[in-house]
Amino acid sequence: METILSIHNLTKKFGYLTAVRDLSFTIEKGNVYGILGPNGSGKSTTLGIVLNVVNKTSGDFDWFEGKVSTHNALKKVGAIIERPNFYPYLSAEKNLELVCKIKGVPHEKILEKLEVVGLADRKDSKFRTYSLGMKQRLAIASALLNDPEILILDEPTNGLDPQGIHQIRQLIKQIAADGTTILLASHLLDEVEKVCSHVVVLRKGEKLYSGRVDEMIASHGFFELKCSEQQRAVALLQNNNAFREIKEENDLITAFLNEPMEAETFNRFMFDNGFVLSHLVKRKESLEEQFLTLTGS
Amino acid sequence: MLRLLQIEFIKLWNNRSSKILITAYFALLLCIALIATIKFDIGQVHFQVAEQGIFNFPYIWHFNTYIAAWLKLFLAIIIVSMTANEYSNKTIKQNLIDGLSKWEFIYSKFLTVLSFAAISTVFVFAVSMILGLIYSDYNEISIIFSDLEYLLAYFIKLVGFFSFCLFLGMLIKRSAFALGFLVLWQAIEGILYGLIQWQSDGKTASAIASFFPLNAMSNLIKEPLTRLNAARTVASQIGETITKDYGVHWYEIAIVLVWTTLFIYWSYALLKKRDL
Repeated sequence: METILSIHNLTKKFGYLTAVRDLSFTIEKGNVYGILGPNGSGKSTTLGIVLNVVNKTSGDFDWFEGKVSTHNALKKVGAIIERPNFYPYLSAEKNLELVCKIKGVPHEKILEKLEVVGLADRKDSKFRTYSLGMKQRLAIASALLNDPEILILDEPTNGLDPQGIHQIRQLIKQIAADGTTILLASHLLDEVEKVCSHVVVLRKGEKLYSGRVDEMIASHGFFELKCSEQQRAVALLQNNNAFREIKEENDLITAFLNEPMEAETFNRFMFDNGFVLSHLVKRKESLEEQFLTLTGS
Repeated sequence: MLRLLQIEFIKLWNNRSSKILITAYFALLLCIALIATIKFDIGQVHFQVAEQGIFNFPYIWHFNTYIAAWLKLFLAIIIVSMTANEYSNKTIKQNLIDGLSKWEFIYSKFLTVLSFAAISTVFVFAVSMILGLIYSDYNEISIIFSDLEYLLAYFIKLVGFFSFCLFLGMLIKRSAFALGFLVLWQAIEGILYGLIQWQSDGKTASAIASFFPLNAMSNLIKEPLTRLNAARTVASQIGETITKDYGVHWYEIAIVLVWTTLFIYWSYALLKKRDL
């Protein structure tokens, strides 16, 4: 598989504060990655380093297997970090024209990408007249201008209203569906869960996990069930080795699995023991639950 | 190189205030020609500036470059703000992320500085040539094209000054403060000169001060007014003879070029070192 970005033992110190500590991971072509972590966990710093705007303290990173210099590699990358930064007095079209000049992309792309993000009819308006959602969409258009090998997004929905968030998410999904590699930094877990196949989890600048989303914690999932004679059901489940933990919350029982088990098998088992379930759901831990388990908070 | 200039051109020319300032600057350069029309009629005394010999070749090269250099402040504002605004709009960050290298960023600004200086020089050359051809008492080719080193000095002076502005914009990141610092720096050079003069003598002070950046730039073209016949007549009437070296010297050019190199290098070093 083609490696787009590899990071080796990257460290960044701001004075006595270590923002990124000994971080290593690789980004392979075709996957959608999420970088997860609470605020201040070093996500933006890491992206800043690989994007040539923050100086590393030690360690290394290579774009496209080290075949090109960083600034030339960045011409094949589309990136937005934090807020959209454009010239306020230039129109959207002029702003994108500048980006085309920097990246060495033909101007024909401008209109095409403005249409993708739905800003074609506002192309002549000055950037400063845009709403935040429009600014963010323009930033995405700008990042897509060169049909990038990888799209890097740092908190793309930060500060947007629900409608704006929805639009941006739709866009990201659409781009991911086209097979573009995406690296998405966010502290909004459902956002990452909806689009990412892989995650890197950071806390205080250290990597806690990197790999597939569904392998983040070894788990076979859990059942949620309701029935009458709750106490007897809990006792039955507690004596069964297939479950590692039973939780009760009002009339809802949650049984965590120790080994794989189908819902059908479980339902029959309960029925055979004289319980008729009024509610049964088999679920895996959500990314949020996994994340909280992993970060231990 | 053309690509970098195009980038800067889009940034500058679409900004209304820069456009107005640039247009005003070149319009004012043209207005040097208006000096020719200044006339005084005080009773019996009839006085027209153009008849005082200021437009005689080759003196006109000296006079016009000296006067035109005052207008450089207009472009200084543009250069300071075009650099400082990259910081306040955070577009410098976006430019780098989009794939401009840090050196390309500084280089594109420096190319703009060079273009401003070059266009100004061509402008002053053209205006002076026309004025000279109209008003000069001497029109021999050899005289017209003598003393052209003043144009070179003018070009170097602008490049040096604008590079200083560029550096201040990068260093201070706020246009108003950077311009304030420029004024402050002028004062600092004056105070230093005063201190040295107080501790030693005027000659040593001038020698040392000739290495200060702003002073070095102003030394490139000395004031031309005392070179005029009128001024000399006045001086001789009060029993003074003005003996002053009005020439452009290679070491003066060298000092400014060294400063220019330092300013550009420091701007680059700053950008390289900073986390944006």
